[in-house]
Amino acid sequence: MNPSELERLEIDLLLETVFRRYGYDFRGYARASIDRRVRQLLSSSGCTTVAELIPKVLNDAEFFSRLVRNFSIPVTEMFRDPAVYRAVREKVVPLLRTWPHFKIWHAGCATGEEVYSLAMLLKEEGLYERATIYATDFNEEALDLAREGIYPIEKIKAATRNYQLAGGKGSLSDYYHAAYDAARMDPALRERVVFSVHNLATDSVFGEIHLVLCRNVLIYFGRELQNRALWLLTESLVHGGYLCLGTKENLQFTEVHAHFSTLDHAARLYKKQVPP
Amino acid sequence: MTRAAVVMGGSAGSLGVFDAVLGALPEDYALLLVLHLPADDAGSFALHLAQVSRLPVVEPCDKQRIEGRHVYTAPANYHMLVERGGHVALSVDERVNWSRPSIDVLFESAAGAWGRELVAVILSGANADGAMGLLAVKAAGGHTLAQDPAGAASPLMPLAAIKVGAVDEILSPEGIALRLIELANG
Ligand SMILES: C[S@@+](CC[C@H](N)C(=O)[O-])C[C@H]1O[C@@H](n2cnc3c(N)ncnc32)[C@H](O)[C@@H]1O
Repeated sequence: MNPSELERLEIDLLLETVFRRYGYDFRGYARASIDRRVRQLLSSSGCTTVAELIPKVLNDAEFFSRLVRNFSIPVTEMFRDPAVYRAVREKVVPLLRTWPHFKIWHAGCATGEEVYSLAMLLKEEGLYERATIYATDFNEEALDLAREGIYPIEKIKAATRNYQLAGGKGSLSDYYHAAYDAARMDPALRERVVFSVHNLATDSVFGEIHLVLCRNVLIYFGRELQNRALWLLTESLVHGGYLCLGTKENLQFTEVHAHFSTLDHAARLYKKQVPP
Repeated sequence: MTRAAVVMGGSAGSLGVFDAVLGALPEDYALLLVLHLPADDAGSFALHLAQVSRLPVVEPCDKQRIEGRHVYTAPANYHMLVERGGHVALSVDERVNWSRPSIDVLFESAAGAWGRELVAVILSGANADGAMGLLAVKAAGGHTLAQDPAGAASPLMPLAAIKVGAVDEILSPEGIALRLIELANG
């Protein structure tokens, strides 16, 4: 067995260990990215082979938390891909208006920037009070940060241009208080948000959702796990509900393809329909 | 030995070199390219290359199959990785060497996927991205080329790769094109 095959086996065993010991399932994740993450963890662990990480993770819950943090990639920003928010504003908002009450689910919300961004948009459209918003991730630390809604001021300032490009009707600075180098988001933006832990690889369906945003999460999954998660999102949606994926993700070659029509290809906005 | 795939990375001053190399290549490779770009670029690299290349140029989506005789350019603000089954995986992980896409990330994953069948090329650029990736390609039995720093608009990137001992051959842009054609033919 050559070194790279050996490493592959060791990583398989590590993922299997994590699953059977803690219930977190990374076995179906896209491997190239996982390999990178494991090597990074290895080089900061003082161990020399991946195999040595296995007893460590078995016996040391603290090390396991480090591993989960390492595998979760809570990289996000306010109004990332402003054209997507613009498309939501122009194409989804008019339909949300027709419902007296609606539910939105951010699946894989990381540290929450996307949730606050959409909340601003809903406020500006006068729809916020009608919404119930679920914001989920399997990374509890990221969720804590999302709940707090305090971000480095320079990151928020950098989003000013994207806020405008997204069709923002006011000024981004209306929505936060600056204190030293931190920006504290207006708590009114999270009044209708429920933050909770949810794992797309192992947990089940959420009910009767009108708009699901699951952006830049499925890229970390292999094909099979992508399909599992997509079924879960599909079953969570009401008929006529909307799904929004990351701009480099694609429903085209997935199992749920027939259940959706395309509302806006560039924004990866899809509408759930009865399959033909 | 036949080489199945080429990965190339460049930054400041490398666009013309990409042009020169791609313009000369009708060979049987899958080519995957990283050019450092501003985060809000909307596919300009792929559009530009489509004009000079005789091969189809694609800015891939996540999990897109990689085919021979096609060129794949990493989208701005995403890392592009290669999965063992021969498809693209994109990620929005933190920047590596201040870069997303990062050349190291592409090269390291391609080394894992293609091993001895891979050729990696590092071009002009003003940081050290790509050096560790090139080393990984070499360690996996792949063949590594660097643009001659003497003729490069920004010599730092090829120099960094040479310094860590990752480079098999140092060549001019025309030399790189010719060598790739030779390597494709075994
Ligand atoms: C790159 S962030 C995307 C954040 C945001 N949606 C955006 O596009 O800016 C990916 C998030 O997916 C989460 N994630 C990864 N695997 C998950 C899983 N199995 N279940 C729930 N969340 C997951 C990670 O913890 C991380 O916070």
